[in-house]
Amino acid sequence: MAASRASLHQVARNSATSSIRALSRGVDPEGSQRKGRTLLQFLADHFCDVEAVREYLLRKQALKVHRKNRSFTYIKERYGPYVAGAYFVLKQGGAVKFQDNEWIQSGRGLSSLEFRKFREVPVQAVDASGCAINYQGLDNLLALKELQSLSLQRCPHVDDWCLGRLHQLADSLQELSLAGCPRVSERGLACLHHLQNLRRLDISDLPAVSSPDLTQILVEEMLPNCEVRGSDWAQGLKLGLEEQSRDPASSPVPA
Amino acid sequence: MLRRALWLGLRRGLLGRELGTRRGGSTLDWDGKVSNIKKKIQSILPGGAWKPLYDTSHLPPEQADVVIVGGGVLGLSVAYWLKRLEKRRGAIRVLVVERDHTYSQASTVLSVGGIRQQFSLPENIQLSLFSAEFLRNINEYLAVVDDPPLDLQFNPSGYLFLASEKGAATMENNVKVQRQEGAKVCLMSPEQLRKKFPWINTEGVALASYGLENEGWFDPWCLLQGLRRKVQSMGVLFCQGEVTRFVSSSTHMETISGEEVTLKRIHEVQVKMDCSQEYQPVECAIVVNAAGAWSGQIAELAGVGKGLPGTLQGTKLPVEPRKRYVYLWHCPQGPGLEAPLVADLSGVYFRREGLGNNYLGGCSPAEEEEPDPGNLEVDHDFFQEKVWPPLAWRVPAFETLKVQRAWAGYYDYNTFDQNGVVGPHPLIVNMYFATGFSGHGLQQAPAVGRAVAEMVLEGHFQTINLSPFLFTRFYLGEKALEHCIL
Ligand SMILES: Cc1cc2nc3c(=O)[nH]c(=O)nc-3n(C[C@H](O)[C@H](O)[C@H](O)COP(=O)(O)OP(=O)(O)OC[C@H]3O[C@@H](n4cnc5c(N)ncnc54)[C@H](O)[C@@H]3O)c2cc1C
Repeated sequence: MAASRASLHQVARNSATSSIRALSRGVDPEGSQRKGRTLLQFLADHFCDVEAVREYLLRKQALKVHRKNRSFTYIKERYGPYVAGAYFVLKQGGAVKFQDNEWIQSGRGLSSLEFRKFREVPVQAVDASGCAINYQGLDNLLALKELQSLSLQRCPHVDDWCLGRLHQLADSLQELSLAGCPRVSERGLACLHHLQNLRRLDISDLPAVSSPDLTQILVEEMLPNCEVRGSDWAQGLKLGLEEQSRDPASSPVPA
Repeated sequence: MLRRALWLGLRRGLLGRELGTRRGGSTLDWDGKVSNIKKKIQSILPGGAWKPLYDTSHLPPEQADVVIVGGGVLGLSVAYWLKRLEKRRGAIRVLVVERDHTYSQASTVLSVGGIRQQFSLPENIQLSLFSAEFLRNINEYLAVVDDPPLDLQFNPSGYLFLASEKGAATMENNVKVQRQEGAKVCLMSPEQLRKKFPWINTEGVALASYGLENEGWFDPWCLLQGLRRKVQSMGVLFCQGEVTRFVSSSTHMETISGEEVTLKRIHEVQVKMDCSQEYQPVECAIVVNAAGAWSGQIAELAGVGKGLPGTLQGTKLPVEPRKRYVYLWHCPQGPGLEAPLVADLSGVYFRREGLGNNYLGGCSPAEEEEPDPGNLEVDHDFFQEKVWPPLAWRVPAFETLKVQRAWAGYYDYNTFDQNGVVGPHPLIVNMYFATGFSGHGLQQAPAVGRAVAEMVLEGHFQTINLSPFLFTRFYLGEKALEHCIL
């Protein structure tokens, strides 16, 4: 049996190399461009370039987001997950609150003194509203095991896949806001049932949710101990505003 | 799903009529160029996002480097990775031959779209993890300039496998392997299960494993169309027709141990055009067999298994169509939003479908009760007798339910060990397989496509070592047994 297996491998290898050779033969006929550089050829080449450039730009956009979401391994090794997480959030333009400390806004950053000071202090709250956090960048937040309050409002790259990871914060998380996240849908909300300690959840203004009212009811059923702020609150506010602005116009001014 | 299929069919019909007047044959080259340039201009003009999804020239080219038989998710994935991994832009000419562009019988669109890492074989877990990464970043992998992003509709709700006392040890072992490979899976006791999912009756359940991340279900159509759109933009050629014959030559050789073997090489694939008696030969260097449930037939066409039984020459590709039913039911008191895909120890599975208390599920029949795969008709008694009783036992709320719809599809069932067949045939030296994945081919397609492309281009697996899935295992009798099959 062993011998036959060896020979089989031999055959497989042979076949692979010979097929590659055949392949390169098949590739060649490009050389038969006898017609010269016709106008059509020129146009085709030219358009290829434009397309390639646009594809490159598209890829670059995606790369930019990835780069922004890299972890700071050095800081993590040196100062632990809390400082690394806080540094990441501040760098992204968010705000953090260490336990028994004031909020730190993004503009300020961390001094080297604080780096050392906060090494052992858990992060209690993170406000990452509008930040470019994605699946990969979430690593930094998921390492904050004492995190109680997290706001991901209007984060353009937070999607259902990200929500699928929040179970890692199930022991601590009490407050979560996803309001205005364009890529969060009811499918992702379904896995928030892991967050059994959640007391407040904001899921208002989610454009990707197909039926917001039904979704809110189902989420409330799923998380009975949690106050869910959903669509009607935001809608009510918007309606209220509209009424207010309409009022003076609709009531004719007595002459 | 049906509506979409109809819509597609309609759209194709319109297109086909519109372009029916175009000539083929000698002017093909010219036509190709013109349409190519047209497409490019269209894509650059503002608002020109609408692109015909289907190739205009209905005749396949006379030559291609790689011919892929079957335009389902596996065939398209192989095409994608071949183009993506080619050394120079446009180096390989890839042709995908698909006999039915409405995909009315293709398993891909008839599947339930699940993805999970809860397998027992490390290879399957790795394939699934790779695919999850692919699906997560689908809009980067399959981005096409000017086309809207894909909405995969991924439900990250996880799979919940239940085990009896007898199966508990196996489950524990499997979970250990899954965790080693990097999957996020947790074990649950019946007590924990009751707390988390109060609608489950835990009688007879000793242990459960629950996937926390990267598991759930998605829209197979979206993946299929996304791949189609992308490979088309990469220059892959499409042709609607059926592969009916291979023209090959053979050479006799002797192995080191003195056995005589006949090596075959396919030179030409004959494609029968849709709705006509016309045959078009396509010269090619490599053939990829991705014909799903029909790949056994394709292999036979190429001469696989024609020889004395017990020899390598006489070893067939053990892939055949097996009919599987999927039922969709409504149950107002059914499990809520938190419900994962539940795989019961009886073999019955179900999951939520949308928000309106709809659920879908089914069960694989026992080996001796396999239905006739001749057509795709649904057996409603099967639900009443085989699916519903264990289902209602496990989830008592399902005692009152109303079946609303049902359909059937074919598993590309590998009768040998229910696992995929990947890589070259040892004797038909330029035929590669990407088939036989039984109930889990959809979720593994992104990774399998890559593995096959690596095999074709480099001669060996690079990202994931799939040697246990090579064809030779059928001859050697080495089963790659998977314990977690639905
Ligand atoms: C009910 C059901 C549920 C499933 N659930 C899941 C799931 O949850 N998760 C999962 O991962 N997988 C699932 N699967 C399995 C999965 O659907 C398949 O493994 C996968 O789709 C196979 O892809 P394919 O491209 O090989 O096959 P297909 O999609 O069947 O494509 C093969 C194509 O080849 C074409 N073809 C055949 N012969 C020829 C020929 N001679 N010439 C030209 N073209 C030809 C056919 O027209 C067809 O379109 C399920 C399958 C079924 C039936």
